[in-house]
Amino acid sequence: MNSLTLVRRIAARPSIVFDALTAPEGIACWWGPDEGPVLVAETDVRVGGRFRVRFRMLDGSEHESAGQYLEVRRPERLVMSWRWLCGEEDPNESRVEIDLHPTPEGTELTFTHSALFSEQTRLSHERGWNGALDKLVRHFQARSNP
Amino acid sequence: MVNYRAQLGRTFAALADPTRRAILARLQRADTATVSELASPFAIKLPAVMKHLDVLHGAGLISRSKSGRTVTVRLRSEPMRQAVDWLRRYERFWSASLDRLAAYAEAQEALKRAATGRQRG
Repeated sequence: MNSLTLVRRIAARPSIVFDALTAPEGIACWWGPDEGPVLVAETDVRVGGRFRVRFRMLDGSEHESAGQYLEVRRPERLVMSWRWLCGEEDPNESRVEIDLHPTPEGTELTFTHSALFSEQTRLSHERGWNGALDKLVRHFQARSNP
Repeated sequence: MVNYRAQLGRTFAALADPTRRAILARLQRADTATVSELASPFAIKLPAVMKHLDVLHGAGLISRSKSGRTVTVRLRSEPMRQAVDWLRRYERFWSASLDRLAAYAEAQEALKRAATGRQRG
């Protein structure tokens, strides 16, 4: 549960999805938890290059995250480090991995944000702990919504 | 905020070990259990189980009560709930973002197809 995995099936070819993930004009259209605007989107899409994105939420709060591209394999894979610079109380560096698989309809995107609360050395422990913890998470969600 | 972070750190550190996760999963099913009941499925000695219980107790994930020679262990939900809420924020962020990413990429795909179609036509 120290990592988050999401899958999306997208009716667009992987190269278009990849560019939407990395180009500032694409990021400006999708980044953020609500319909609030993206204020800054800067990317330097090569291994070792950095990105920085700042957005405002509808409640007026501003948040900024930044990181470094660790793997850039257009159009199938993108890995980057991730850190909140402001607006969140979480200063840890975490890791975002995005895999794009071509499908007859377009692309299957697998997104993983890992090491959300741990040093990199704990990464190896994460494989295999999701199943057991998903049950715990469901358990506590059930309890917190009586 | 520092305390909140420290508590989250203790929770995730406690959850990093498979034996401790198995203990919590057992308590989730049974609500309470004695220390010897908790130790029985594991191929490790009672003192090792006691150490794991100390870590879980230190993180506030369990409470212990003693009656005679029997120690009863019970799950405490608040730290787990905090950890779940914290993860939910990430999930909301990315889930909404990826939905809009998909819509944006599909619109770009449609534009590209239209442009290609015009060239061919």
